[in-house]
Amino acid sequence: MEAVTTILRRELAGYFATPVAYVFIVIYLVMNGVFTFYLGGFFERGLADLEPFFRFHPWLYLFLVPAISMRLWAEERRAGTIELLLTLPVTTGQAVLGKFLAAWLFLGLALLLTVPIWVTVNYLGDPDNGVILAAYAGSWLMAGGMLAIGSCMSAVTRSQVIAFILSVAACFVFLLSGLPMVMNVFSGWAPQFLLDGIASLSFLSHYSDISRGVIDLRDLVYFVLVAGFWLLANVIVLELRKAD
Amino acid sequence: MIEVKSLSRHYGHLKAVDDLSFTVEPGQVLGFLGPNGAGKSTTMKMLTGFLAPTAGSARINGHDVVADSLAARRCLGYLPEGAPSYGEMTVLDFLLFVARARGIPAREVHTACERVVDRLNLAGVRHQVIDTLSKGFRRRVGLAQAIIHDPAVLILDEPTDGLDPNQKHEVRKLIAEMASDKIIVISTHILEEVQALCNRVMIISQGRLLADDTPAGLIARSRYHNAVTLAADDVRRIASVLSELPEVARAEVKEGELTVFPAGAGLFDAVSRSVAEHGWAVSELRYEAGRLDEVFRMITQGESA
Repeated sequence: MEAVTTILRRELAGYFATPVAYVFIVIYLVMNGVFTFYLGGFFERGLADLEPFFRFHPWLYLFLVPAISMRLWAEERRAGTIELLLTLPVTTGQAVLGKFLAAWLFLGLALLLTVPIWVTVNYLGDPDNGVILAAYAGSWLMAGGMLAIGSCMSAVTRSQVIAFILSVAACFVFLLSGLPMVMNVFSGWAPQFLLDGIASLSFLSHYSDISRGVIDLRDLVYFVLVAGFWLLANVIVLELRKAD
Repeated sequence: MIEVKSLSRHYGHLKAVDDLSFTVEPGQVLGFLGPNGAGKSTTMKMLTGFLAPTAGSARINGHDVVADSLAARRCLGYLPEGAPSYGEMTVLDFLLFVARARGIPAREVHTACERVVDRLNLAGVRHQVIDTLSKGFRRRVGLAQAIIHDPAVLILDEPTDGLDPNQKHEVRKLIAEMASDKIIVISTHILEEVQALCNRVMIISQGRLLADDTPAGLIARSRYHNAVTLAADDVRRIASVLSELPEVARAEVKEGELTVFPAGAGLFDAVSRSVAEHGWAVSELRYEAGRLDEVFRMITQGESA
């Protein structure tokens, strides 16, 4: 655990030692504002809730989370520091977890900085704050799921651009796996249980449940499992091709 | 102690390291010498647990690098090729990170960092971002992180590559200072470095061990070993006279210089006596200890210079 914290601290400090953190946070907040007030029609709806704010998070994350995750391992490979990191007395699993947690905490911090919008909606009306809290949790969990996918994709290559594109593509498939776009590929030939399985993998359906304030244990387990699966894949990818 | 048994690493059909076996004892400074792509770095990557061997085993102080990898890694310090480090960190932050990751107790972390900062003369740049440092300083930062936990085994992949002569001298001095109680393995393709630093040399080519000897032992394999070279205006005439001497086996003229090879002991005395007797105008007369570059070429290419 100590090794994980050591790596976590270094990574987290690394975001703020470069402009990455500041650029990301500013863009994230501006985009959130644009989506909520223009596309979401926050004022026009006349409802005291944050649905227009949370509705666009999956699409925002689709591009912003891979932007954070792409450097996790690709940069280590490019700079050769992977050789330094993985010859320290830490296991590959600890390194993967430390880096993932750092990035996830960073995304959590960015999410936390949207609190003014919560203050606004409370000032204007009387929203159900339980639902909003659940939606925040759901948003952070979904970011974690995508981050784990991105972290694994980043370990595959030394190019951050390739890592970014692979991550966006993989997250896109996971996001939409319940929608006709993905389902049409499988329907007609795949058995029903497989269709159900694929449909149940969708980030969107699990996220929309939580963001409506319905905290179902299955949705939580889903996101934890997705993150766990991809982080495990991340460890295996690193073990198999450390030196490439 | 490092024990390596039949260590091999294959990349597809390429045998990067092929059936390497050796042991290294404390106090030894072992130089891996070989052409580029000989398998030096691959061997070091296996010793440090970064790469898994295709076959064979390696133990660091009794800990297998695969089965007991963490324990093996705790015993060693490693400077990877090119001395990579996290460029956006300051020198001190980077060293603190490595010290913590190395499991140095929290209250000793700062003392450990200050010790290596002093030892490698990094005090002036300790708060500077690593990316802004010169190559020599970055190499020193790499060395500092490798010795921060005072490891029993030090593995340095081309520690002086790309440094200027002063920096090379400094790094060599540092390695020599640490040599007495540690095992140090360095890889290099610089021959003078082996002579300056190592008390044991292994020549590796195409993944195979071709020679394992002391630097002096290797030099003794040179055909120039104990030969005498002289430079004069009329070397051909001198050559014909000297080849008559009983101590001389053969004489060779190359680029205005004459080299005579020994048939027995006392060659230098015999040659200098003749020079004095005949009153030749000799501009240079020197004793040859042997030429390491010639031995290196002979061993790695099977040719003699």
